[in-house]
Amino acid sequence: MYSRRLFVKSGAMAMLSLGCAPSFLARAAEAAEGRRRLLIAIFQRGAVDGLNMVVPYGEAEYYRLRPSIAVPRPGRDQGAIDLDGFFGLHPVMAPLTPLWNTRSLAVVHASGSPDATRSHFDAQDYMETATPGVKSTRDGWLNRYLQSGGSARSPLRAIAVARQMPRTLQGRAPSLALGAVEEFRVRAGGQTRRGLETAFAADTVLGPAVSDAFDAMRTLQAATTGSYRPAPGASYPRSPFGQALQEIARVAKAGVGLEIAFAESGSWDHHVNEGGVTGQVANRLADLAEGLAALTTDLGELLADTVVMTMSEFGRAVAENGSGGTDHGHGNAMLLIGGPVRGGRVYGRWPGLREDQRFEGRDLEVTTDFREVFSEVAARHLGAPAAALARIFPGFMARGGLGVV
Amino acid sequence: MLTRRLSALLFSVLAVAVVAAAPRATQDPTGVSNDAGAVRHALNRLTFGPRPGDVERVQRLGLAEWIDQQLEPARPDDRTFAPRLPRAFPQTGPFDSPQQARRAARAAVDDLAAARLLRAVASERQLEEVLVDFWFNHFNVFAGKGRTAMYLPDYEREAIRPHVLGRFRDLLGATARHPAMLFYLDNWLSVDPAAIRRAEALRRPRSGQPPVAGGLHPSTGARGALSVVEGQASGRRRGLNENYARELLELHTLGVDGGYTQRDVVEVARAFTGWTIAPPAGPGFRFAPLAHDGGEKVVLGHTIAAGGAVQDGERVLDILAAHPSTARHIATKLARRFVSDDPPEALVARTAARFRETDGDLREVVRAIVMSPEFFAREAPQAKVKTPLEFVVSAVRAAGTDVPDTAVMARALRQLGMPLYMCAPPTGYDDTAETWVTSGGLVTRINLARQLAGSQAALVATPEFQRR
Repeated sequence: MYSRRLFVKSGAMAMLSLGCAPSFLARAAEAAEGRRRLLIAIFQRGAVDGLNMVVPYGEAEYYRLRPSIAVPRPGRDQGAIDLDGFFGLHPVMAPLTPLWNTRSLAVVHASGSPDATRSHFDAQDYMETATPGVKSTRDGWLNRYLQSGGSARSPLRAIAVARQMPRTLQGRAPSLALGAVEEFRVRAGGQTRRGLETAFAADTVLGPAVSDAFDAMRTLQAATTGSYRPAPGASYPRSPFGQALQEIARVAKAGVGLEIAFAESGSWDHHVNEGGVTGQVANRLADLAEGLAALTTDLGELLADTVVMTMSEFGRAVAENGSGGTDHGHGNAMLLIGGPVRGGRVYGRWPGLREDQRFEGRDLEVTTDFREVFSEVAARHLGAPAAALARIFPGFMARGGLGVV
Repeated sequence: MLTRRLSALLFSVLAVAVVAAAPRATQDPTGVSNDAGAVRHALNRLTFGPRPGDVERVQRLGLAEWIDQQLEPARPDDRTFAPRLPRAFPQTGPFDSPQQARRAARAAVDDLAAARLLRAVASERQLEEVLVDFWFNHFNVFAGKGRTAMYLPDYEREAIRPHVLGRFRDLLGATARHPAMLFYLDNWLSVDPAAIRRAEALRRPRSGQPPVAGGLHPSTGARGALSVVEGQASGRRRGLNENYARELLELHTLGVDGGYTQRDVVEVARAFTGWTIAPPAGPGFRFAPLAHDGGEKVVLGHTIAAGGAVQDGERVLDILAAHPSTARHIATKLARRFVSDDPPEALVARTAARFRETDGDLREVVRAIVMSPEFFAREAPQAKVKTPLEFVVSAVRAAGTDVPDTAVMARALRQLGMPLYMCAPPTGYDDTAETWVTSGGLVTRINLARQLAGSQAALVATPEFQRR
């Protein structure tokens, strides 16, 4: 395998021989110096049933209110995987247990939004902009982080493996949405491509973005030759989610200055027949866990400087409904994985599931604002300075001291 | 794949573009030049892009006369085009299952998008189409939020389209009462917190007598009004919902710096309590008197006396439509659409004045911008970058077809991040280069050129073509 330095050097030589100014390579080289901090944000769209993902098996109410969909206690047939004597992982998430055992996986339970909305659209918007209750925020919080400066400029500093730029990366700072590395290229012959590049380069408004695009394409092309082979033992699910994670690992390992990556995991909105240890939610959780396990294996030593963070717009009601599903709720669980994570612990104050402990009598209460987690990752992992945090999370004062990273 | 001829073509096109953008003869600031450059510029801004031969056609008619026609949408002849529009949209329910309802909603949005794209490509009433896009976006609703999709075809047809060259107050009122907006911005859920106590008082008599309907609006009666308040049981209606009130002030009328306070937001929300949707999932507006806060309100210094019922909301809309901040906000947005991302202050001020003089006559407001020296200024043709919608439609028009493959166009819009009716936030899609000039977006435009414009791919892939 190429070392980053070698890639930069040989890439620069190749560019020089083509007569192109290797400015992007200078930037990539700069970006490749020192430790690269990487955040991989994963949005579980549709509101995952957090109480069946990280099961509070120590709660009698959990079993009383979910007669047909509860996950059995650890030790029983197909029981939860015990985490700390009170919480357990859904059994299909077994691929993640090695990460828990090596303290690379943490859970923040009963986390969520201070806003009570149960609209997917509003809640996703609030989470992606990190401004709960404010709908007119134009940019996403990850974009505001990118705007705050930080590391050297790279055309591949922020990518979303998604068809559309997710709200959380929208904004002034450049970022790239691509379906797959293979697709990110100008489909035209070399001469045409160079003609277009020259024509666009002369354009003061469009020029920089197109130069970034061509830089990114060249960088990717040089760094990702041939078809991608994940590290041994990394077996991604063949789902869209699994494939998206593989693309992220591919770009991360190319050493081209990736700092923020985003992927989505869809179809979590199960109002009907969600199932328990098996069924619809179990299938989705298996996809999630297998994907994350493959990603961490594939990243190898890069995992030491990577945080993978899952989020979902809200949780689901504590009680199952009349159709074997769950309706929209409030508090939920977030997973954090990676070297910088102080894993092997479930974070957050557990509010309990008794009726008087529930939010509006029906849902898991939120005891940790999701912005506590976001801002801690932004500050302690990505290194955003205190002044920038006020702009990234307007109107929010972190209580601090969660200590998950 | 783009052909190799593309690059040769590309440079010849660029050369033409440079000539087109060259300085034109000075002109009388109120008159309209008829030269090809001015006509091309007007076509770029007032239509979804010129088709082959359009410049010459407009020149023969005279640019001033063509602009006049476009400002009167009844005038351009659309007889050959109108019959091709889809006649009916899918049923609006009731449905046997949520799945069936979702499928119907998706189909409704797809059909509506196809009709909109067809009109944008082929209608002769181009300025009207441009303004339907502008005003829909201004009063944005999102097809992905619950029942909004079901209400969309009617919303665009009845609340937006008839008013785009009419009075602003009519447009504002039509959107305010429409179920699409009531649902999207949650006003249908907004109830006076005291209404819950009133509902309980109504329910209390248990002697077998029906609840007393005294004081209720005669057209709705006790039962309907009660059902709104009883939404309580589902946990959704817990009192005042400020969502619509806030966006009405911030986005629809005054603008974010328009001089309102949080107190105004609450007062406006109180005025709109009881503005809801006729059940069950019916298409209409309904005022629910029992959910309404009947007390006095003070909005932007105007006192609205107690007991105004449904008229409270109308009164708020009157106040907002007549407010100078609204004139300025609308003038700024229209000047941004037609002239430049950061429109000249003098133009905004003149346009806002025209808005106030004409009591918000949008035809005259648009005319003031289009006939302004700023619109025809030398630097104007370089000042705007196409949004993805404008890029996609103009590419198809450049190819000279009027039977577009709307499915291909809709897919291209999704790839470019601007699917029709799918803008989640109430701000609507942005209209500035900052948002749309992205690395990924421009590469995608280049790659879509051939698919959208066939033999005209070389033209469509140029930087010049990305301008409007």
